[in-house]
Amino acid sequence: MREPLRRLVSSPVFWRGVVSIVAFVILWELGARSRQWMALEMFAPLRELLGALGLKKDYLPWVGAVPAPLAVLKAWIAVLGQGGYWQSWYMSLFRVMSGFIAAMLIGIPFGLLLAVSRTAQGIGFPVFEVLRPIPPLAWVPASIIFWPTQELAISFVTFLGAFYTIVINVLGGARSIDVHYFQAAQSMGSSQWDIFRRVILPGTLPSIVVGSAVGMGITWEVVVAAEMISGGGSQQAGAGGGLGFFIWSSYVGGSYEQIVVGMISIGIAGFASSELLRWLGRYVTPWLRVR
Amino acid sequence: MDMHQPGAGAVTRGRILIEDVVKTYDTEGAAVMAVDHCSLEIEAGEICMIVGPSGCGKTTLLNAIAGFHAITSGRIVMDGETLCSTEKPKAEPGPDRIVVFQNGALFPWKNNLENVIFGPVMQGKLARKEAIDKGRAMMADAGLAGVEHNYPGEVSSGMRRRVEIVRALMNDPKALLLDEPYRALDSLTKSVMHEALLEIYYKNKVTIFFITHDLEEAIFLGHKVAIMTTRPCRPKKVLTVDIAHPRDYSVLTTKRFRELIEETNEAVHEEALKAFQAGEKEG
Repeated sequence: MREPLRRLVSSPVFWRGVVSIVAFVILWELGARSRQWMALEMFAPLRELLGALGLKKDYLPWVGAVPAPLAVLKAWIAVLGQGGYWQSWYMSLFRVMSGFIAAMLIGIPFGLLLAVSRTAQGIGFPVFEVLRPIPPLAWVPASIIFWPTQELAISFVTFLGAFYTIVINVLGGARSIDVHYFQAAQSMGSSQWDIFRRVILPGTLPSIVVGSAVGMGITWEVVVAAEMISGGGSQQAGAGGGLGFFIWSSYVGGSYEQIVVGMISIGIAGFASSELLRWLGRYVTPWLRVR
Repeated sequence: MDMHQPGAGAVTRGRILIEDVVKTYDTEGAAVMAVDHCSLEIEAGEICMIVGPSGCGKTTLLNAIAGFHAITSGRIVMDGETLCSTEKPKAEPGPDRIVVFQNGALFPWKNNLENVIFGPVMQGKLARKEAIDKGRAMMADAGLAGVEHNYPGEVSSGMRRRVEIVRALMNDPKALLLDEPYRALDSLTKSVMHEALLEIYYKNKVTIFFITHDLEEAIFLGHKVAIMTTRPCRPKKVLTVDIAHPRDYSVLTTKRFRELIEETNEAVHEEALKAFQAGEKEG
């Protein structure tokens, strides 16, 4: 346990990351405080210019309006003790996972089926290609009408976000397997099933991992937007509407620090789930770890 | 009697007859002839080297024997059994004819040992445990002890080729079909690989159908060298290499070796020139 820690601390990559985050927070803090600096007399001409553009005169709009990191931290500590905040985490995470797992369970076999069967491809692919360009968020209204509960509707939209990416990656991955692997397997007496299990499946695994990682990113984008649009999906929305609704209700309630708390929470959640997938991906494709 | 000469009792299987084989490709309505009435006899246990410029149609011939592609007409017979003919244009791929591909086809997701035992386990010829024992023994024999549990991506390309040849031999094939297996290797590795191949061959006598465009490689390894014409492909000159096996690298500096190179160099060069000019025209 100590050895990896030592390596981490002595790695320049790690310190670059730390410096990057610290620099970002400092710039942010400075930017947020620019509201006061802009009030100084020496910036009068600039303030006039901003006024002429129809903007408020006392701060730079693009950074000055954002709450400062310290204020955000304070707001964050305040919500840490509230059940509603954690409930939001739980709701969003649950929706992402249910949609994502459904997308894997349906998308991987579907992609493989399209890859191995010309008939399936002829029947399935045209419909798939017409539906694919429709952004998942365009499905929100139809989905709310169609599914009996809002919960299912949001999970369905989340599912769509990951589904197309996973199918396309599985299909592309299976198709790009070197034909010589098939020929070698065939020469050595493999049946069709053996070839599927021992060549197509492992040969597609790296693409499944990539598709899943990309798909996971999309599910977070989609779930947050879907929660905002649908009003959180539950009656006592403020308490359990997911992180998307947490941001939205903070905005409506005028708690700007909480907006940022929600945003960072999503960042952390998305990063953690991608990291988990990357780890799982390395675990199932050990041969890619070499070299 | 020299037991390393082909047909000298030890090897009785793997005789391949190529009779009048024609292969045309239909590309955009225009038929392109890749193989033109090609006939060739390969004795049981013989190393037959097929030399010709890149793209001359050698690989088409190999694919026909392996059963990956159909022929247009003619016949290929192995030990009296017709593999493919005008009536049945595509042979059935099988473990009696294993191909070692130009860029290698070891499964990257299986470690070397798992690759090696793939054939016998697939065919149900050996139980997994027996296959592992045999695989380990054969790998050790080929100088591959210690890399059993490495993935192919973890070992040198020369080693990968050796693993692939061992994987092929595990199927107890009548013939090995090698498609320029050492093309991507540097000349030093190549010379090591040639001796390694011969060493493996002396231990496991099989017919070897070896495609190359390297004349020295062909004469060094082969009992027989068939120099092919460029597209369409047909033997232009078939040479019997009268240098006794077992051979090692000292052969390269012998007078006879140089004489054989001189005898064949012109034929090879002619075809290479033709291929080059044809390529220029196409471009």
